[in-house]
Amino acid sequence: MTERLQKILTSRRMHNFLRDPSALVGSAILVVFLVAAILAPRIAPMDPYDLASVDLNNYLLAPAWMEGGQGAFPLGTDDQGRGIFSTMLFGLRTSLIVGFSVVAIASVMGITLGMMGAYYGGVLDAFIMRAADTVFAFSTTLLAVLLLGVFETRGLFTVIFAICIADWVKYARTIRGSVLEIKDNAYVLAAKASGAGDGRILFKHILPNALPPIFVVMAIDLAVVIMLEATLSFLGVGVPLTEPSLGMMIAIGKNYIYAGMWWLVVFPGATLILMVVGINLFADWLREELNPKL
Amino acid sequence: MATYIVRRLLQGIVVLLAVSLVCFWLFRYTGDPVRMLAGKYATQEEQEQVRKAYGLDRPMAVQYFSFLGGALKGDFGKSYISQIDALDTILERFPATFELALVAICFSFSMGVGLGVVVAIRPNGWLSRTIMAGSLFGISIPTFLIGILLVMLFSVYLNILPPFGRGDTVQLGFWRTGLLTASGWQHILLPALTLSGYQLAVLLRLTRAGMRETLGEEYIKTAWAKGLSPAKVILKHALRNVLIPVVTIAGLSFGELIAYSIVTETIFQWPGMGNLLLTSIFETDQPVIVTYIMLAAFIILFINIVVDLLYALLNPRIRYD
Repeated sequence: MTERLQKILTSRRMHNFLRDPSALVGSAILVVFLVAAILAPRIAPMDPYDLASVDLNNYLLAPAWMEGGQGAFPLGTDDQGRGIFSTMLFGLRTSLIVGFSVVAIASVMGITLGMMGAYYGGVLDAFIMRAADTVFAFSTTLLAVLLLGVFETRGLFTVIFAICIADWVKYARTIRGSVLEIKDNAYVLAAKASGAGDGRILFKHILPNALPPIFVVMAIDLAVVIMLEATLSFLGVGVPLTEPSLGMMIAIGKNYIYAGMWWLVVFPGATLILMVVGINLFADWLREELNPKL
Repeated sequence: MATYIVRRLLQGIVVLLAVSLVCFWLFRYTGDPVRMLAGKYATQEEQEQVRKAYGLDRPMAVQYFSFLGGALKGDFGKSYISQIDALDTILERFPATFELALVAICFSFSMGVGLGVVVAIRPNGWLSRTIMAGSLFGISIPTFLIGILLVMLFSVYLNILPPFGRGDTVQLGFWRTGLLTASGWQHILLPALTLSGYQLAVLLRLTRAGMRETLGEEYIKTAWAKGLSPAKVILKHALRNVLIPVVTIAGLSFGELIAYSIVTETIFQWPGMGNLLLTSIFETDQPVIVTYIMLAAFIILFINIVVDLLYALLNPRIRYD
């Protein structure tokens, strides 16, 4: 174990990573937000979705350092008396849960379909790729809005489901390109000649070599999905009112910008932007490092 | 070429049929149309009457084909809420959305391509570095946040641009335009800027990548060697060839433009189709939602096919067979 760790720490990639300021800043931001989201119940001053701890009398308070602010609510409160800082920490959880779940599920969906299409070809490939083209033409955002618009019930699960339906395409297209390049290589033919089954060839010989571009797509997609979740919740078709979300916080804050209460929008907005910038910085580095043609 | 056009059109029709099937299924199985039409407090008998009157008691296949037949004639039923023809309700709002999208595309193209060229010519200058850093921020800010921040800056603090609505409009035949009045232009600036945001950064990056590749080509060196002016080499010889893929990709991402128009129209209370869609979603006004989906699918497919054909026409090296 320690030997492996040593190997990773002294590898060329690690060396490059430690020397690239934007990669370091990006991953530092991501780690801080991940820790904050995981520890949210412990570090948040209050649980904004526990009715017993919310007091309506504390509605629309200014941040603690401004006039009318209270120490208990460092960044002020919203129109329900929920602390902005606490709600943001719980909202980060929603963002990251949706982000990582969608990337995990959609990538498995897309990789499976794209790989099968490229490997077997024929009608299966044509069908999968036409479906992918159609979904791509509609765009992830439009499809997710329309799907959630017609769903009867909305919740964290439906949001993840709708985004996955709209999002698998980019993985399928990327992996298909790589598999088409790889599948006629000598080592694949050798594996075939030695009598390996399709499953073994696909997962042992082709998939590992087709993955690097997928890692880059995953990193970029994490940022895209997090923004999409915020957008859906902002529009009111995302997570329900009973779940915390950065997008919904901004939607509430939007009603009060004329009253000069900028903090309702600026704090959750800055958190969202910072998180996405962090992920994109890391993704940029990953793209340069793995250098796939994207 | 002719066979290619026919094949693309056939594919388009198959996709539209698939979309119509999904729409029909949604229409019948999410929310009960009988209850929507007859009202919440209708008796069993009244519900039966409505079911008969609207043909909802017929077999599913028959209902689907009558839905399809209606759709071909532009008849998607009436809105549950306003009892006005669903297609008319949406088309009435089409000019507002179209003008918004048009101005947004003009913004994103002129700025995206222009800045992309600047960055490609001097990749290491301070201006280029600033622009590239800005574009990273550009792709990291969701459209709705751009919109709200613009409203906060220009409407709330500087108080120089209106935050919502379309301003004064002029009726030209069936088209109601806001582009002929000063107030219309004032009102369209912020929403169009918002809507152009997502595309601007993408176009910038595409133009930059294309220009950097093209500027190293032999024919560009020849053009320099001939002693042509920089403007001629860059704009006429290089940019023209870069623009073909840039325009193609922009055309193929038209679905995103429609998606973000929903977001933009919501923020600025722009009286367009996207705003209507969201209202209809909250009121579960199924006929309007279904009509919107079919219309969006039609527009997106149409533009995709046109872009593909234009691509072939503009680039003689590409011939479909």
